Amino acid sequence: MKKEGEVRIPSGCAVCGIFARDGRSINGEVIARSIALMRNRSNGLGGGFAGYGIYPQYKDYYAVHIFYDSLKSREECERFLDSHFDIINLSKIPVRQIESITDAPLIWRYFVSPLVHKIQDSQLDENEYTARCMIRINNQIDGAYVFSCGKNMGVFKAVGYPEDVARFYRLEDYSGYAWTAHGRYPTNTPGWWGGAHPFALLDLSVVHNGEISSYDANRRAVEMYGYSCNLLTDTEVITYILDYLTRKEGLTLEECANVIAAPFWSTIALKDRDEADRLSYLRKMYSSFLITGPFSILVGFTGGMMALNDRLKLRSLVVGEKGSTTYFSSEEAAIRAVEPELDRVWAPAGGQPVIVTLDEGVCV
Amino acid sequence: MLKLDALMMDENELKKEADTAEDVSIINCLGQRYLGCARKKGHMLLSGTPGNGLASYLDGARIDVDGNVQDAVADTMNSGLVTIHGSAGDALCYAMRGGRVFVSGNAGYRAGVHMKAYKDKQSLLIIGGTAGSFLGEYLAGGTIIVLGLNKGDDSPLTGFFCGNGMYAGTIYIRSRVKPVNLSDTLSWSVMSEMEKQEELVPLLSDYVKIFSLSLDAVLAGTFARIRADSSKISKQLYAAV
Repeated sequence: MKKEGEVRIPSGCAVCGIFARDGRSINGEVIARSIALMRNRSNGLGGGFAGYGIYPQYKDYYAVHIFYDSLKSREECERFLDSHFDIINLSKIPVRQIESITDAPLIWRYFVSPLVHKIQDSQLDENEYTARCMIRINNQIDGAYVFSCGKNMGVFKAVGYPEDVARFYRLEDYSGYAWTAHGRYPTNTPGWWGGAHPFALLDLSVVHNGEISSYDANRRAVEMYGYSCNLLTDTEVITYILDYLTRKEGLTLEECANVIAAPFWSTIALKDRDEADRLSYLRKMYSSFLITGPFSILVGFTGGMMALNDRLKLRSLVVGEKGSTTYFSSEEAAIRAVEPELDRVWAPAGGQPVIVTLDEGVCV
Repeated sequence: MLKLDALMMDENELKKEADTAEDVSIINCLGQRYLGCARKKGHMLLSGTPGNGLASYLDGARIDVDGNVQDAVADTMNSGLVTIHGSAGDALCYAMRGGRVFVSGNAGYRAGVHMKAYKDKQSLLIIGGTAGSFLGEYLAGGTIIVLGLNKGDDSPLTGFFCGNGMYAGTIYIRSRVKPVNLSDTLSWSVMSEMEKQEELVPLLSDYVKIFSLSLDAVLAGTFARIRADSSKISKQLYAAV
């Protein structure tokens, strides 16, 4: 096998997302149809989806999706889960065996709630406790990979084309108010199940088209705060940076965008004094979290979605609106595939986040 | 004219079939790539949303699109005419060598990067709305016109780094507002009425006909011309950003 540097693969992943601001349920089949249109942006080495609002019957529990390499890893991981969480429900994630998806690991789902006395002993809040446990599994239990652990949301991913991944996971059995999708064309890192997108921690998930030139600087910085990058691909670090900035530093998503896609100093110099001060502060304070290189990302979180391009807009990203639904995609055609008549369609500028959230009063 | 429905055909089959006729109309385009690529003759009429790489290497044919187009349209186009009754994505007319591309709406980032001109090959890109950053970067020849008809001539019509590193060719902007960060190796000059008549009328006359605009109304706005300042462009080896 040729090693990195000996082979050049032209890059071209695909991302898309759908968000219903009125909180109505959209079937997983819709997002699968949208991403399927961009098949030639992927090469069959990774596809995945994140759905929000898909587990209403268990919405107060963390839904933990795990890949296992072996029965032994599962036993070890379940012992760990048992001693840290109340497991309300556990099962294999139902899949449909299809020819184009092979070498599947064991894929399990657990609905869990942290053990109360453990949380008290740890003096952490529930999210931090859960996040630390999941990072520990990924770090310490050989052959176990937590790839989703939020409430009322779930990630489904595999090695394959995204439309095949949707059939494999029976995505038509899930409905939610928000979906993101990814078709992968890995360039610098291996195509394996854990390396497919989305990458998620708690309820925050990221799909990404591009490559991060600053990866190692970002990785070293975020690992100082207790995260651990072990899924062998660059996108993972974006998830941890955003989790750190939002959950621990209390930044808004707009501010996060100003950190990871910070404007050039020459652009900041054109702003009025207050805005220039604010942007300079964010750039200096969080300089290790500046992400360089081309990217377009979609970030899913409870109740909302953010789309963001790198500041030079080196990857494509289109936004469409129809009534109370917002669509995001690498290509306009993939939006038109599921909604031919749009009220509005536009391409946001580089570094300018587009953030949508549920309408006021909508509960999911 | 051969009539095809993109919904009914596989992408490769569609392109093969389209190549069998000089004049072809394709409805319901949805992301099919490289349509009209290197076409020499005839007329291609598209509706829907054709995919990336439309009209790349176009070599003489005319392509009309009723709708928006995506990325990398008219890449390295050599001659012919492309009209887009909608907006265009990123990297429009990259390294275009000749021919004309008319867009009624906006263009994304990196439109007209490294366009060229040589003898009878004079590439021309006209954008009816606004353009994203890096418009005409490294321009080596040819002409780009940004009209901002959806904006008015008192707004900025381009993003950052307009014309960075350009050393030949011309960018006309229908606005009194200079693009932000315009490099100091470029000259910006507001045009007189006579200059507008002499330079712009020949370039715009087909455009206004195709999109049913009034030439007088378009010319009524303030126009400025951006060119490389020959006394400065060779002063340093690398462009300072």
